[in-house]
Amino acid sequence: MNKVLLSGNEAIARGAYEAGVLVASAYPGTPSTEILENVTRYKEIDASWAPNEKVALEVGIGASFGGARALVTMKHVGVNVAADPLFTLSYTGVRGGLVLVTADDPELHSSQNEQDNRNYAKFVKMPMFEPADSQEALDFTRLGFELSEQFDTPVFLRSTTRISHSKSVVELGERTNDIQEPKLERNAAKLVMLPGNARRRHYDVERRIADLEEWSCTQSFNRIEKGAGKIGVITSGVSYQYVKEVLPEADVLKIGLVYPLPKNLIREFAAAYDELYVVEELDPFIEEQVKAMGIGISGKDKLSLCGELTPGRLKQGMFGDASPSEETSADLPQRPPNMCPGCPHRGVFMELNRAKAYVTGDIGCYTLGFMPPLSAMDTCVCMGASIGNATGISKVLSAEEQRKVVAVIGDSTFLHTGINGLMDMVYNQSASTVIILDNRITAMTGRQENPTSGFTLGDEQTFRVDMEQLCRAVGVKHVVSIDPYNIALTRKTIREEMARPEVSVIITTRPCMLVPRDNLERRTPLYVDHDKCTGCQACLRLGCPAITWDAANKKSNIDKIICTGCQVCQQTCGFDAFQKCGE
Amino acid sequence: MADVTNILLAGVGGQGILLASEVLSEVTLLAGFDVKKNEIHGMSQRGGSVVSHVRYGDKVYSSIIPEGEVDILFSFEMLETRRYLPLLRAGGKVIINNWKIAPPSVALGKQAYPENLAEDIQAQFPDTRVVDGLDLALEAGNSKTVNVVLLGALSNVLDFDRELWLAALKKMIPERLLDINLKAFELGCQVK
Repeated sequence: MNKVLLSGNEAIARGAYEAGVLVASAYPGTPSTEILENVTRYKEIDASWAPNEKVALEVGIGASFGGARALVTMKHVGVNVAADPLFTLSYTGVRGGLVLVTADDPELHSSQNEQDNRNYAKFVKMPMFEPADSQEALDFTRLGFELSEQFDTPVFLRSTTRISHSKSVVELGERTNDIQEPKLERNAAKLVMLPGNARRRHYDVERRIADLEEWSCTQSFNRIEKGAGKIGVITSGVSYQYVKEVLPEADVLKIGLVYPLPKNLIREFAAAYDELYVVEELDPFIEEQVKAMGIGISGKDKLSLCGELTPGRLKQGMFGDASPSEETSADLPQRPPNMCPGCPHRGVFMELNRAKAYVTGDIGCYTLGFMPPLSAMDTCVCMGASIGNATGISKVLSAEEQRKVVAVIGDSTFLHTGINGLMDMVYNQSASTVIILDNRITAMTGRQENPTSGFTLGDEQTFRVDMEQLCRAVGVKHVVSIDPYNIALTRKTIREEMARPEVSVIITTRPCMLVPRDNLERRTPLYVDHDKCTGCQACLRLGCPAITWDAANKKSNIDKIICTGCQVCQQTCGFDAFQKCGE
Repeated sequence: MADVTNILLAGVGGQGILLASEVLSEVTLLAGFDVKKNEIHGMSQRGGSVVSHVRYGDKVYSSIIPEGEVDILFSFEMLETRRYLPLLRAGGKVIINNWKIAPPSVALGKQAYPENLAEDIQAQFPDTRVVDGLDLALEAGNSKTVNVVLLGALSNVLDFDRELWLAALKKMIPERLLDINLKAFELGCQVK
């Protein structure tokens, strides 16, 4: 038997391979990113990073219309970006099967909200599988493609952080031989969604959901597990595991397809218990539908609408006894994430702080510019929002206050949805400074390639977007590129451009420290000459993890093991105390 | 679930915790157990606090260790050991790497790094072993092998054949780094 340990994300990639997928497209986003990275292990699949989730889905739709099976993956908020094509894809249906993975993030481990994307399934009228471990992640992905073609519908696979990033034992299968040869086939009534066609397709969509609901009542992915026969629990996804852990005696209706719900099966199950519960994370998605069926059931009166479930939280909800948690260690110094030593963004945020800029921020590593001591971010909403936010806020301010507003955005985020904001800023004659932190990689999610990196997901060299030209092409007259390791230049440029009553773009041009391809030759680490250090703490304003304060001696120190020799700290020191090791 | 063993790995992003939990999980799989492992990627890797849950037994449901049921707290950093101590069951075991990494508030001089952590932990959990992981890793020839040194120390409190550990290490570690890591593992095994 071929048993291996796979994460949920690895299992989804494997499932797509076994299902005969030919095309996979995605924009990286935690916790979904590793799915496409693992798809690259299967050379049969054309896998690529798109500039955003909408494009990723459109590429997948195109492949499906061409007759190929297509996998599209994104994090929960990515589905918001892809929602426009998605709603109409539900009407067109598919040719080759299409599975859209939404990787949700209850507890906001690495996200700006914890929206429950099961609601999309109901909204878009699209079936949704929810795996409870890696084996199901593989099986449901395979099954998703079959279902997609059988019912002429795109299919959601909803994962959560605890499924995507947990490993469990999986039995592998073989790739199917039954792969259709893609070719052109015209079918305007189904694929051209003008009102006349779409009106007819809407009836098909409603019929399809009714058919799926009936069909799913007899499928093994929706199953009843008998316990002691006293209480009944309806659950799905990762919550199922916590139910088995905390309520081992309960009878369980485990739902694999969370939309449409198997209503007849639920009726049959519910009738057998006086005490009936729904255990689900976030929204009362199952609970509300069960209640609408006229069935009395308990759920969110016991469990929180916020955060993820854990065995302890479930126990607390069901029995009221508080579980121990690391939060009882709250008096200990916290250890939040921080920009890496040598990160080219650090000096930029120090200077924005000094310039007292009002910074409209964006999504990426640089969102950590919010953290003290840099403390230079005032807003952060969603991918690409920084520039539109700066435009809007500038519209309502006096000319003097307007000049304090600076939008800060990374290269990948700029190309994702920031460029539209810049176009608007120029077109509608707003005025603000925009800083594009171009580190030539999508860094926060673990360093994925993008159109500014010059490389593809498959590590092939490709065309690289010229950031300066792009900004000029939308009408920005003042575009300046700077080396963010040069602090004097960074300070001067930021102040000059902030003072300018027109749109200006500053592009910082140092690559991410963690990308081996772009690494400068590793420079000599620095040390602090304690004879020169006056203990003024100017260097501490950088918040570099390599610099620590020696409280006993009232001097700064550098950890040579992690110092990258970027020399930014050296430029903050007025006393020449930072020296290269060995000199 | 009495037949499930729960090991919580804790430390700081960049210490090699994820590789250590990969190796440990592989050992339990090779030994024929059902196993689940869980951790958070993303933000936590930027020098933040990192935990990884490893559970093995005949049948494992939740990949998160139920709070208060950790059997072994396997920790790579002093302060992080203390942070996750409330999750350890009474009579649980602790393996601590004798390494202090200053969190930002300490590096900035705003807070002090807690003192006497090892002694306090030992007083609460007598079965606590302190490992000089970094010294042993340097003895093996590379500071980055500290995670494998610690795995060696962990192997002393678990009941798996040595061959399984070696097989898992061989599977998970690139060949050019294998010798130095096997040496690190041996040095860890010698810690009693």
